[in-house]
Amino acid sequence: MTASDGQLATEAAATDPVAERLLRFLADRTKIEYTTDEDLFARGGISSLFAMELVLHLEQQFGVAVPGPELTMDNFRTVQAMAALVRRLQGGEPNSS
Amino acid sequence: MDIEWSAHGIAIVGAGVMGVGIAALAVGRGLPVVLVDVAEDRTRRAPDAVHRQVRTAQLLGRLPRDAALGELTTSTSVAQVAGAGAVIEAVTEVPEVKAKVLAEISGAVGPGTLLTSNTSAIPIQELAAATARPAELVGTHFMNPPYLIHAVEVVRGPDTGDAAMATLESLFAILDRQAIVVGDGPGFVSNRILMWVINDAARLVQEGRAAPKDVDDIFVGCFGHRTGPLATADLIGLDSVVDTLRVLFDRTGDDGYRTCRELVSKVQEGHFGRKTGRGFYEYGESMS
Repeated sequence: MTASDGQLATEAAATDPVAERLLRFLADRTKIEYTTDEDLFARGGISSLFAMELVLHLEQQFGVAVPGPELTMDNFRTVQAMAALVRRLQGGEPNSS
Repeated sequence: MDIEWSAHGIAIVGAGVMGVGIAALAVGRGLPVVLVDVAEDRTRRAPDAVHRQVRTAQLLGRLPRDAALGELTTSTSVAQVAGAGAVIEAVTEVPEVKAKVLAEISGAVGPGTLLTSNTSAIPIQELAAATARPAELVGTHFMNPPYLIHAVEVVRGPDTGDAAMATLESLFAILDRQAIVVGDGPGFVSNRILMWVINDAARLVQEGRAAPKDVDDIFVGCFGHRTGPLATADLIGLDSVVDTLRVLFDRTGDDGYRTCRELVSKVQEGHFGRKTGRGFYEYGESMS
């Protein structure tokens, strides 16, 4: 990903309220600014155990229940993936897998 | 003895960090679990904690995502372990407490029921003496968190029978756990080595020779370990580390196991590591 790609992804978040809220939550908890398509676990600021916090955050903030088959790291690897999961669980988007 | 595990399930006595973690592993593998603790607040909190740990393991790909979960029942009465295919004792690492609880369990189950102790250091022969049938007791030293760590230190005491070992093998096949069988003695293999290292690492911090992170960085950066001894101690729980060191010192007289001031003071101040949010490192909110 280039810096301009990241910039575009961040700008795209401005039009996606779910992604925007997730970016804000991550910045608040980790003190790191992420872009929507950045691998959250690659930079080292987020541990795999923190991923469970992301699951609970999604459920509490967006009123969804993440079922067993959706509990995969890939669904939580990027803000984009989490936003897509939220939309899917809210019934707005078919499963892309 | 052939046991239909999905029908009989297992019982776990002690709903602390390890008891809850072992329950998560078993429930996630589809086994019914009876989880017993004398403290009602622990049995009340346990179902949520077990559920969260099962989901964490599923998220990390360490438990099946589609399989039906085992039913979890909680109780404050040891009598409820009757009928289980095996009973795992996971109470606090204090010899007198473990012996008392094992005697109660042994009186509540029928002959032929596998009984295991999740002791981290107390010799199995010593604990077996408290039970009605010493041949049925095996040491199963699960590491924390049990639902993520595949290998288990299994301790065969001098009195442990072949039937108990065979039943354990069958249970571990269901739980998808690898048994590393070792001989009996204080600390077995794992903690005879690890506790000495943790105590000395803490002593280095106490003496001002190195900060906790520097001690751990030597193990991680130079030796290639995944974590250093002090981060490991925080994960185990410093209260458990102090209990285990006491067990080892009392049985070996080795000064290497004499608990250093740094560990004692942290425990006295209530800083037990990850489970309280602070130990050698800060973790923010409690992670228990």
